[in-house]
Amino acid sequence: MEELNALFHGFTVALTPFNLTLMFIGIVLGVIIGVLPGLGGANGVAILLPLTFTMPPTSAIIMLSCIYWGALFGGAITSVLFNIPGEPWSVATTFDGYPMAQQGRAGEALTGAFTSSFVGALVAVLVFTFIAPLVAKFALQFGPPEFFSVYLLTFCTFVGTGKGNPFKIIAAMMLGFGMAAVGIDIVTGQLRLTFGLTELLSGFHFLVAVIGLFGIGEILLSMEEGLSFSGASAKINPRIVLETWAKLPRYWATSLRSCIIGCWMGIIPGGATPASFMSYGVARKMSRNGDKFGTGQLEGVVAPETAAHAAGTSALLPMITLGIPGSPTAAVLLGGLMIWGLQPGPLLFVEKPDFVWGLIASMYLGNIAGLIVVLTMVPLFAAILRVPFAIIAPVIVVICAIGAYTVKNNMLDVWMIVVFGVIGYAFKKLDYPLAPMVLALVLGDAAESSFRQSMLMSQGSLSIFWANWLAGSLTTLAIVLLFWPLVTALRERLRLPRRDGAAA
Amino acid sequence: MSQNHPANGDGVRSVVVDLAVAVAIFALGALVLYDSVRLGASWTPEGPQPGYFPFYIGLLICISSLAVFAGALLKLRSDRAIFVRRHEFRRVLVILLPSTAYVLGVQLIGIYVSSALFIGLFMRLVGRYGWLRSAGVGIGVSVVAFMLFEVWFKIPLPKGPLEALIGY
Repeated sequence: MEELNALFHGFTVALTPFNLTLMFIGIVLGVIIGVLPGLGGANGVAILLPLTFTMPPTSAIIMLSCIYWGALFGGAITSVLFNIPGEPWSVATTFDGYPMAQQGRAGEALTGAFTSSFVGALVAVLVFTFIAPLVAKFALQFGPPEFFSVYLLTFCTFVGTGKGNPFKIIAAMMLGFGMAAVGIDIVTGQLRLTFGLTELLSGFHFLVAVIGLFGIGEILLSMEEGLSFSGASAKINPRIVLETWAKLPRYWATSLRSCIIGCWMGIIPGGATPASFMSYGVARKMSRNGDKFGTGQLEGVVAPETAAHAAGTSALLPMITLGIPGSPTAAVLLGGLMIWGLQPGPLLFVEKPDFVWGLIASMYLGNIAGLIVVLTMVPLFAAILRVPFAIIAPVIVVICAIGAYTVKNNMLDVWMIVVFGVIGYAFKKLDYPLAPMVLALVLGDAAESSFRQSMLMSQGSLSIFWANWLAGSLTTLAIVLLFWPLVTALRERLRLPRRDGAAA
Repeated sequence: MSQNHPANGDGVRSVVVDLAVAVAIFALGALVLYDSVRLGASWTPEGPQPGYFPFYIGLLICISSLAVFAGALLKLRSDRAIFVRRHEFRRVLVILLPSTAYVLGVQLIGIYVSSALFIGLFMRLVGRYGWLRSAGVGIGVSVVAFMLFEVWFKIPLPKGPLEALIGY
């Protein structure tokens, strides 16, 4: 039980008063971020990242990952009380959570949501503890071709599992790669795509893109919708918590299914949002009370919350072990690691065991802290939501501007968040996905260098991506996923004439 | 989309914006292609040239934007969905224009004074709060940010004449 020893060592790293304080601060900030419109996990972490530059990396990642857990918890509060999902992954929670709140069972719904979030995260952390070292050990054998095929698989998964127009997914992704290429070419030292502008020398920083696309973009969208919050009041007392906990074991099967869906969708770059929808759908099909879903069933809150939190947690697994984030927030955390001088990937387990196991231990502790914080402080967080948008909106713009400036102390970045905000607004409305764009911007340089190294190894022949069974099967799988939308489109077309005949 | 306006006349149609954005993306792709070719996108004895990888990125941007353009063109007549209605767009401008002015202010007079003015004026003019409350929140946020960044974390943010007056 090598892992258990390492884990106990991790607890000694994480359990210092300083780290515990950061953990609680992180959770509280995270819940606030999760509750507020226009601030989400990804850009919340992006804005706060510069504040952590002066901390030791382990403390910094503990605080930032706790912000992430907090944001995952916080999304549920707005869904249940206000029928407004604070985060995309809590949309499915509104289906049964809000009806419960209307029936005066808000406390029960929130307790159910928080507890199942906790269970989902805990299972995912357990999976993480025992699978991650194996994946890392396995990935130590990877060379450039294998890494490039993993990158390829990551990006093709977006095309294969994405809902919208596949060309829009590819266009968004490639724009991300294009932005990543701006600046000095790391291999030859030549300037690329700068067009003589010295401000572009260091390229586009992904944090600035994240703050603009998600932060300002979300504010513009919220203003357009003319949001006004009015919702049920929240009261949680120990009696409701205990009563709800007594009911929850009944849904162990739903919970287990949701954990599996969540862990799986988190590891492949599907992310928490599809996981929560899928889990809700499966629970409705498999449950005895399936036909009552949508009218305020506790089970309908348990399913999406468990899966979303499990997915959000396990999205860190490929980030730490392979250097490939499973979600935009994980991508921001990955960028943070690079800024602290840590190279995410299989070597991290060998070179920085303190860091990795400290992080894993903090995932256990952070989620326990999170459960305590949200259960005790719900009324406070709900009160934040009642602050009118005319105050929230300019304050968030100010926070975004500060966050963007602190990335590189560059005034141009503050202008860029406005530009990225408009792009984010237009892209959201036209169904261009933002997640693959951000991931491409973060991974662009790494993907390019693994591609170039592979090409050097093979003297320019693409056959190197099929040179051994490992790279070959990954590349083949990637290509199948890339053309998957074509397959489904053809199938629909074959089915269509019959449906037309029936309609006529 | 709660109001039942006639399909056109009161907003921009999504298909039209889709076409315009596809053209813009194509232009960016062409820019990437142009610069990649300028840098050299082929092989030398030492290996791939700097434009080798971006060339394919540019190519894929152009191809995918053409495909989006063609797809939108096919739906030009049939798809009546509205991108944004006029009154909705006005609300977007209500935050977008002041934000742009705010960024200009950050550049000219520093972030703290601009933030206080931006938040205060936005609350007063858009939120219709009283002058006292608006000023209170605006100045409060700026003071907290000042303490946090300049005093505790020692992270310098853009400053102007007022901060110079108190020795920062």
